[in-house]
Order: sequence, then C-alpha cells, then structure tokens
Amino acid sequence: MSATTMSVGRPTMVVRRVWIFPVLAVMLGFALLLGVGIGAVPIPPDAVAAILLGKVGISLETVVSQQQVAVLWNIRLPRVVLGGLVGAALAVSGALLQGIFRNPLADPGLIGVSSGAALGAVFTIISGVAVFGIYTLPIAAFLAGAATTLFVYRLSRRHGRTDIAMLLLVGLALNALAGAMTGLLTYLADDAQLRSIVFWTLGGLGGALWETVLAAAPPILLALVLAPRLGFYLNLFALGEAEARHLGVNIEWVKRFAVLMAALATGAAVALTGPIGFIGLIVPHMVRLAIGPDHRLLIPACILSGATLLVLADLLARTLAAPAEIPVGLLTAFAGGPFFLALILRTRRQYGFS
Amino acid sequence: MWPRFAKCFTLILLLVVLAACGTGTSATVPTSLPAPTGVPAPVSLPTTVPAPTSAPVVASETTAVTTLEPILPATVTDYQGETVVIDSVDRIVSLTGDITEIIFALGMGDYVVGVDSSATYPAEKTKALPNIGYQRRLNAEGILSLNPTLVIGDEAAGPPEALAQIRSAGVPVALVADPPTLEAPMQKILFVARALGIPERGYKLAGQVEAEIARARAEAGALARSPRVLFLYLRGTDVQQVAGANTAVDAMITAAGGTNAATEAGIVNYAPLSAEMVIAAQPDIILVLSKGLESVGGVDGLLQIPGLADTPAGQQRRVIDFDDLYLLGMGPRTGQALAELVAAFRDAVAQAGGS
Repeated sequence: MSATTMSVGRPTMVVRRVWIFPVLAVMLGFALLLGVGIGAVPIPPDAVAAILLGKVGISLETVVSQQQVAVLWNIRLPRVVLGGLVGAALAVSGALLQGIFRNPLADPGLIGVSSGAALGAVFTIISGVAVFGIYTLPIAAFLAGAATTLFVYRLSRRHGRTDIAMLLLVGLALNALAGAMTGLLTYLADDAQLRSIVFWTLGGLGGALWETVLAAAPPILLALVLAPRLGFYLNLFALGEAEARHLGVNIEWVKRFAVLMAALATGAAVALTGPIGFIGLIVPHMVRLAIGPDHRLLIPACILSGATLLVLADLLARTLAAPAEIPVGLLTAFAGGPFFLALILRTRRQYGFS
Repeated sequence: MWPRFAKCFTLILLLVVLAACGTGTSATVPTSLPAPTGVPAPVSLPTTVPAPTSAPVVASETTAVTTLEPILPATVTDYQGETVVIDSVDRIVSLTGDITEIIFALGMGDYVVGVDSSATYPAEKTKALPNIGYQRRLNAEGILSLNPTLVIGDEAAGPPEALAQIRSAGVPVALVADPPTLEAPMQKILFVARALGIPERGYKLAGQVEAEIARARAEAGALARSPRVLFLYLRGTDVQQVAGANTAVDAMITAAGGTNAATEAGIVNYAPLSAEMVIAAQPDIILVLSKGLESVGGVDGLLQIPGLADTPAGQQRRVIDFDDLYLLGMGPRTGQALAELVAAFRDAVAQAGGS
C-alpha cells in the first residue's frame, strides 16, 4: 500500500470499511438460517418456522411431527447457538491477545486457558468424578482453564507491572507443565478412558444441550459486549507499550482486562466443546487482511466472522458424513487454511513482500 | 494360516466333545450360568447338548428362526439401573458390534437400520447398513434421522449429552453392562432379547453360547500344560500395547487354558509394550488381532519389535491372529472363538513339547 493512501486515507478508510458490518451480519444471519434449516433429519423450512414460532406462542397451520420438534429444538438449535457463541468467543479472544502481545502468532492457547481446560477435562475423565452430573466435565475444564490463566498472569507480574515477554514465557512454561500433567494422566488411563480423551481433544459441538448453552452464554456474552471497548486502547498499544503509556493509556488495566476477557470467553468455550483449533488464530488475521488493523472495527468484525465460520464448519461436520459426524476442528482447518493462504498471497505486496 | 488350521481343529474338537458328552463324561463341564439380576433362572446345561450323531452345531445364526412375534412393550433395566420401556422394535439402531451380532443371531437383523463402525459381522449385512460412526462419539441428530424406535448398545456409548438428546426425542436408549468376563455374552444376549421382546429366543441362544463356552473350557482343562501367552494390541509401530488383568482378552486366554504373561507381570488393563517385559515374560505364544498383525507387516514385521525375537514364541514363530470382534467382542461367537483358541494353544503346546 502506498504512502499516500496511508497518510490521507485514514478517515475515509474507516468510513469505507464500516459497511463491512452489514455484510458480515447478513452472512452470519445466512449461516444461522442454514445451520438451523439443514441437518440429517429433514425438516422443511415451513416446519422450521412453525416450530420456532410455536415456541414463542404463535401457532401456524403447518403439521409438524414430534420428532421434528425434538430434533430442531433440543438438538439443532442449541448446537447452532453454541457454535455461534464459541466461534465468536475464540475469534475475539484471538484478536485481543494478538493486540496486547502485538504479535500475529498469539492465540488463546498462549495464556494457558486451553491446556488448563484440557487438564481439568482429562482429570474428570480419569478420576470418574461426577459431582455435578453431566456438567462435571465442563465445570472442571472451565475452572482449571481459568486457574491456569490466573496463575500465568500472577507469575508474570513484577512490581505491579506485567511484562508481555514475561507473560509469554510463563504461559509457555505453564502450558508445558499442564501438558505434562495431562500426559501423565493419559498414561494412567485405561482403554476406554483413552478413547474418551482422544475424542474430547478433537473438539466438537455435539454435546450442546440448552442447559449447557445457557451456562456458557453469560461469560461469553459478557466478554463479547466488553471486548470492543478495548479497541481504541489496543490501537495505541500497537505503537508500543511506552508510547501508549505516554498517550495516557493505563496499560496495566488494558492488559489485565484483555487477558481476563480472553480467559473468560475461551474458558467457557473450550469447557463445552473441547479445543477447536484455528479459529482463534486465523479469524483475526483474515479480518485484518480484509478490513485493516483498526481494532475498533477488527474486534466486532471478528465476533461476527468467528460465529459465521464455526456455524458453517459445524454444519458441514454434521451433514457430510451423516448419520456419523466429522470432528469440526478438521473442517475449520480444511476450510480456513487454503482461504487464509490465498488471502496472504493476494495481499503480500501490501505487506512488503514482492 | 493359523485360523484356518484352528477352524479344522474346532470342528474335530467339537465332535470329540459331543461324543464325550453323549457318553456321560460331562462332569467337568461347569453347569450353571450366573443369573443376571432380575432374570429368571435361564438355561439348563449341558444336558441340552445335541446328540453326538448330528453334525457339529457351530453357528448360532443357523438356528431356525421361528415366526415368534415380539411381545411388546418390553421392559429392561439398563446398566445404570434405569428402567427402559420399548414399544416397537421395527427400527433398531445398534451402537456396538457385539450387540449388532447378537441382534442378528436372534434372528432380528432385518429390523436393524443403523450400526456403528465396529459392526463387522455378519459382514455383508452390516456393510450395507448406514454407519453412525464411533459409539463413543455419537451424533444424536444423525441417529434420529434413521427414525429409530430403539437405540441399543453397551455402557461405552457416549457422549452422555448425545444420549440425553436421543432420549429427549422420545426414543428409548437401552444400554447393557459389558464386564470383561465370560459371563458377558450370556448377560448381553439375555438383555438384548428382553429389550426386543423375545426373551425365549434369548434363553435359547444364551444356552447355546454357554454350552459352547463350557465345552471349550472342558477342552482347555485337558491341555498338557498351560502355555504362556502374550496378547499384543498393535496399530502400526506407534500403538503397541499388552493386555493384563481385567480385560476381555485376559478372560479369553485364561478360559482357554493359557497363562496371560502380562497379567503375571502385574499389568492391569492395557499398558505400553516394553521390550524387557517381553523378554522377562518368555511367552510361548504371541496372540494378536488380524488387523494389528497386518499393520506391522505380518509375522516378519512383528518379530522386528524389540524383544519378541528373543522369546520361545518368537523363535518358533508361534503367532496366532484373530479377528477383533470375534476374539474380544464377547458376542454370540465367543464359544467358537474360545474353542479355536484352545485348539491353537493345544497345537502350540504339542509343538513346543516335541521340539
């Protein structure tokens, strides 16, 4: 990109790119409709409408079977809603962390939340504890993920300051430690537990029930609502920490807030679905390549695109091999990888590569 | 090679046993089936063994299927103690290979509309059916798209959320316990038969299977000595495990008159293979699954695994391979599998004694 557009184009760029939002919103709406409308059990659109409106008290003439109601309301809808929430949570966490680390390779796993959640989940599988019934595993995963992040954050603070390099190193160390503990537990697992662990590790949205979706919604929604407020500060952060401080940004507060939001959103997401790779790392990149690095636009756009991508990926995961199911993480990688590569190659001149 | 020999052996063996039973020397045969909870005393054995003049009765599926109508609604108690009521068995989705095999053996195979990826027998029938994937990773909507009236499996089925979703759509989910013992085949047969509303056929099939197991055990008791057996679970060079106590294969080896070398070494469940443990164990026989043997490149590939070449089994190339579901499934063919195993053990003992 030439220097002239950089210098004079800034206000117009923002204006021009704001209308990406209606486009993204329409895409998300379209993805949600497809997700709700298509599945292994055929439910015609009029039946979908009748069932959904029936739930809010409006009854249509359309005849629907008990099975269609059960499938749409108990299985498909919570699954699509969870897909949207988790996709948005992972993408926004990735955007926040790439912002504060000022490193495009940062992803939600960096602050220990994913490895901690995995440790909690594997521990639950091995020990067979079931204090909270079928919620035991998600609760344990969330708590262990949150605790690990808190640990990473506390250990990286010195004299009231959080050094980003320190955060990265402590994160790496604790990730390795949590990974080793997970490995030890895996070694102790019997055959059946081993298979459960492997399948949890692949990630997936199959376990969506209304109860679990409603449990995960508050932390994720809180993070989604609050994260865009950090956009302005993260823009200043991009200049460098010292510069941002001179510009009057409370950088400790920004770092703490971003890590907290990312841990909250990713922790709740991973606890329910297992790790779904790729979205947290790649969605912020794709959005940045499409609309530029302004965090005020980037963060809301990541929320919409992350949700769209995961809902569509999950739609493919549960229909391509029906009545069986493909792990959704494979599809996010298969779908997003080539697209991302194409985007990079197309815009590489802009990044200074010839 | 081995299974083919073993099959011939089984036939001869069965004839011998049948003859033995006919002449009233059946005192060594265990006589009672441990009654599963809540099931009326099911079968009387081994007086029901057919007369020795007839051809050997091997395959339970060859049993004439009577035109008995299922008595519905049927009620079963699942492995967690929950009561499951089944109103119709017109469309059955089976979650695991051994249960699928039992349904077919009970003559109800035509009602199966979906199977899982472990269902490999009867091969041509199961291959033609929609595959719901792996039983620990069930997809509720996929299963419901087959319009099942009964979803049946064992305790391994999951995740629990998917089972909850299927139940919430009003489809009964009946799951049976699957302990790694030789009582499991009978317990599962009786459970499936009750769930399908045909308990009588269940008693009959369970009786046959129990009789076959008892005959094989009796043969095993006549082995000259107990061979040391090491079971290897192989998937290429990455996954190499041995099975110790508390596994289905341990129950099979022990019942067939062998000594599980891994159990003796103190291993419980599955554990990674170690070369030193193999050499310390000095097995006479290596027992593997056919696909596992294939995955390491046959017997020659198997003997490349550190330690194996330095055991009696390795030096004599005494490697026995069995089909996965046949050996470990604890289904209706368990008695036959056990008889084949005994025959193979006998052969190995004779060979080892002679050389």
